[in-house]
Amino acid sequence: MAIDMQLDRHILRRTDSSDEEIVVNFGPQHPSTHGVINFVTQTNGEVIRRSVPDIGYLHRGLEKIGEMVPYPGYMPFTDRIDYLAAMFANEGYALAIERLLGVEAPPRAKYIRAIAGELCRISNHFISVGTMATDIGAATPLTHALRERETVNDLLEELCGARLTFNYHRIGGVAFDLPEGWATKVLRFLDHLDSYIQEWDRLITFNNIFVRRLANVGIITREKAIDYGLAGPNLRGSGVNWDIRRDMPYGAYPDFEFNIPVGTGRFGTLGDCWDRYFVRVREMVESSKIVRQALAKLPEGEIQAKVARKLKPEAGEAVGRVESARGEMLYYAVSDGSEKAYRLRVRTGSFMAMGIIEELSPGIMVADLIAIIASLDVVAPEVDR
Amino acid sequence: MKITLGLDSTSLTRRYPRLAILVTLFMAFGVPLGLYVAALAIFPLNTPERLNAMAQQWFGFDLAGSPYRYLIYTAFLLLVAFIAVNYTAVFGGVSTWVERRVAGRMQSRIGPNRTGAAGFLAWVADAVKMVLKEDTIPATADSLLFRGAPYFSMVGLLLPFVVLPFGESTVVTDMNVGAFYVTAVTAFVVVGILVSGWASNSKWALFGGIRGAAQVLSYEIPAGIALMVPVLMAGTLSMQGIVRAQGGWPWDWFVFQNPAAFVAFFIAVTSSLAEGNRTPFDLPEAESELVAGYHAEYSGFRLAIFLMVEWANMWIMGGLAVTMFLGGWQVPGITDEMYKSALGTGLVPSPIWFVYQALSMLVFAVKTWALVFTFIWLRWTLPRVRVDQMMSLCWKYLVPGAFLCFIVTLLWQILVPPVGVKITGIVLALGALALLVKFLVDTRRNIDKVKGDRVDLSNW
Amino acid sequence: MTPEDLCTRLKAQFGDAVGALSETKGDRFVVVKVEKIADVCRFLKTTTGLEFDYCQDITAVDWPARKVIEVVYHVYSLVHRHGLVLKAETDREKPTIATVESVWKAATWLEREIYDLFGVNFEGHSDLRRILLPDDWVGYPLRKDYQEAGGWHGISNERPDPLVQLSKVTDEKRKAVAAAAAAAAPVAVVAPAPAVAPVAPAPTAPAVAPVAPAGPAGDERKG
Repeated sequence: MAIDMQLDRHILRRTDSSDEEIVVNFGPQHPSTHGVINFVTQTNGEVIRRSVPDIGYLHRGLEKIGEMVPYPGYMPFTDRIDYLAAMFANEGYALAIERLLGVEAPPRAKYIRAIAGELCRISNHFISVGTMATDIGAATPLTHALRERETVNDLLEELCGARLTFNYHRIGGVAFDLPEGWATKVLRFLDHLDSYIQEWDRLITFNNIFVRRLANVGIITREKAIDYGLAGPNLRGSGVNWDIRRDMPYGAYPDFEFNIPVGTGRFGTLGDCWDRYFVRVREMVESSKIVRQALAKLPEGEIQAKVARKLKPEAGEAVGRVESARGEMLYYAVSDGSEKAYRLRVRTGSFMAMGIIEELSPGIMVADLIAIIASLDVVAPEVDR
Repeated sequence: MKITLGLDSTSLTRRYPRLAILVTLFMAFGVPLGLYVAALAIFPLNTPERLNAMAQQWFGFDLAGSPYRYLIYTAFLLLVAFIAVNYTAVFGGVSTWVERRVAGRMQSRIGPNRTGAAGFLAWVADAVKMVLKEDTIPATADSLLFRGAPYFSMVGLLLPFVVLPFGESTVVTDMNVGAFYVTAVTAFVVVGILVSGWASNSKWALFGGIRGAAQVLSYEIPAGIALMVPVLMAGTLSMQGIVRAQGGWPWDWFVFQNPAAFVAFFIAVTSSLAEGNRTPFDLPEAESELVAGYHAEYSGFRLAIFLMVEWANMWIMGGLAVTMFLGGWQVPGITDEMYKSALGTGLVPSPIWFVYQALSMLVFAVKTWALVFTFIWLRWTLPRVRVDQMMSLCWKYLVPGAFLCFIVTLLWQILVPPVGVKITGIVLALGALALLVKFLVDTRRNIDKVKGDRVDLSNW
Repeated sequence: MTPEDLCTRLKAQFGDAVGALSETKGDRFVVVKVEKIADVCRFLKTTTGLEFDYCQDITAVDWPARKVIEVVYHVYSLVHRHGLVLKAETDREKPTIATVESVWKAATWLEREIYDLFGVNFEGHSDLRRILLPDDWVGYPLRKDYQEAGGWHGISNERPDPLVQLSKVTDEKRKAVAAAAAAAAPVAVVAPAPAVAPVAPAPTAPAVAPVAPAGPAGDERKG
């Protein structure tokens, strides 16, 4: 097909190839590419000369759909932008449109948003670190992680009725209030989680082979991370102390006390795969802190601000930012006064992370490429939208 | 009793539980026991003298002078080989069941539990399924080599069974160069890997094949040298000789009689893991990177052969380590003289001899299964090493380490008197026991600290 | 620094090329002339006190009424914690703009996406080719006047509107039921016509046209 040939030419244009080198497609169907992504890789034996990501297999035109669907009706589509951390996708969109309208969610809704979001972050990070362990070769941590994640899924299902694509936030607040007895269940789970993370650390985080596979691999320096626009754990793993929840605060986050885990180069160089992995594991602990504080201080009140049924914001534009599990998710909505958006743009953390892979690829081994992709926590729906 | 094989939702196991249990028991105990009994009965007869004597006394037939004697000897050898190969296949299957259940429990899930009681017949079902599958050969593959590659691996798997001693007299043949033979013959598997990787005409398979060949060939060296350490200590290359030089009690095992042997044991086990492509060294078939590597293009029976090789190889790995280092079939308390005296004269030994034999086979099986369980445990706990780390581990650490062990053993054999050996044996054995106890205590403590699997998640 | 201060600073440096801070509802932005955008961005990044090191987003908005394609830059400074929104208006007939890839590497992929979906040509870009869509795709989907081609390499992207199908079946069913009641005779079951597969490669008339399958609605969806 035209694609492969052009990519092959593209690769061969950039490097001089010899007979020993073969061009291999990692994907689009592959157990380790975290979705349908193709990496056209030119290798010399085990060493990669260049690896070019070929994306677009999951492009569904969600930004164009944003122009065709009324504002409230777009919420389920945001779930599909990142179905592993759907709460954040919902929240970002809601924040953008709320800014357009000039409304703010009531305090109780903000707290509930924080609770749902942090639970979703825990759920997402379990998948992320679990699949990372599997990519490195340890099969057991994945099933353990999924077991823990089942509990979170059950909790969120009780909250909003869905396990994956929540469609929980609304423009102006959230859809449903907390069920009876839900808070107790969440606290019970969090108690278990805090002690489980210790077991997890003993199982895989500090495992010698695991560390040696990840330390000093895929080093992204501070400057490079900022220059390439990385976000979230990818950025923090490189030592940049930046988190939207603290630095561009939104919602109820100013009321909470929590640390921001930042990579320290503990087992290798700062900014290697292990740092990014470790930031994610520690973020789970911080998320549980936030949820505890939120549940303790939950204010009474309404869960949704009064907004019209047919939303027709004035002409203008607004940006909504959330610290999604995978980085900063930026929604840019342009309104022209009608009931559908004029332009809806979603900028996701995974898209920027894909952009750096080609830069990191020369000279590494095949196994390292897998480790890097896993550590950047790239998911295809976020990349392609 | 009508058995319907329709598309009902209830499995056969649910509908006929007693039948399922019977079949399971038969497959789990009847078949392996039958093979063991057959081995016990037939293997000791596998020498021309015994065969001649048996033919003379029972059938009044002069085998020694008959012109067809080699035919009879060969037929008998084939019978012996048949039993051994069957044992390989059954062990391969049973160990997949053990692996899947053990893996399931470690991964906080159940594992197969539908086919047969406790899912034991899953491997039988898998074997049947694989035989019935369509035999696909890629159009661009090298047809002859593609078809023949699995058999190279199988040969590499089956040949070591010839010298592996299952019990005191149950060995196919006790070659006087047994240890050497095993090291030489396990290299056949490399040929299978390389040929299958190349003949598949697929880049992925090629990657896997090359990685696999590099790995197995590299780890032959530390394995071979580490396996020479017990040879030095026993003074003979013959496997039975090495076992007879050890005793039944742990302090009589070679692994504890010499600190270098202790280290050599771990080098030998690690190298065996690498040769058998078990995690942490399963690079050639690294699922998440190469999608099955060198056997990516195989399906059906040929794939079944590759898989059987991998799993039955565990028995070889375990059996070798047990024979060389862990005392083999030596039963604590039964000495060589007891075996000899129980043998008696006459063709058929006394029943007590059979009891001793069964005990020795049991001891060997238990020890080997313990090692196999450890290999399974390692597979599901540890991640995979990278190819350059694997190579550097082999060449920079294991090879010099193995050489060092060899030299230390040389000096030890010359310098240390038998009393010193005995003391070392007791000290190291007790040390190992202490480590084991500490390990169990620590595990218990960790589980209690974490409330592991025991959080009450019953439906809210 | 506040957006006003930043705007003043830019105006001081670039004069007329930089517009005033917008007054529209929502976030405020600065319109920069197309020719100067690369210089403005480089200035923002390299000047001490400004140090916009983080490019959060580059996107585009198509305004056929104004005959421009706006390229929007959301840039931020992690050092000083201030941000700015820049806009550059490119001519819709031949949208061209200089690349800011040399300022922020993040722009490489972001600009490729704008090229892919809007057709804006970025001068000086190292690797300007389509990123999300196949390389031989025709058209720029996010433009307002984009027309779907009905398929790509024989794969149709049209399918019958399920709502239309449902209502059609209901009408048919109603008629059939009425006919049955009137005739009071066993209605010959409408012979199940071969299920029309909606995924036929022909990008022409979607499968609504053949009305024959009045059978269970499952027929259509099964195909």
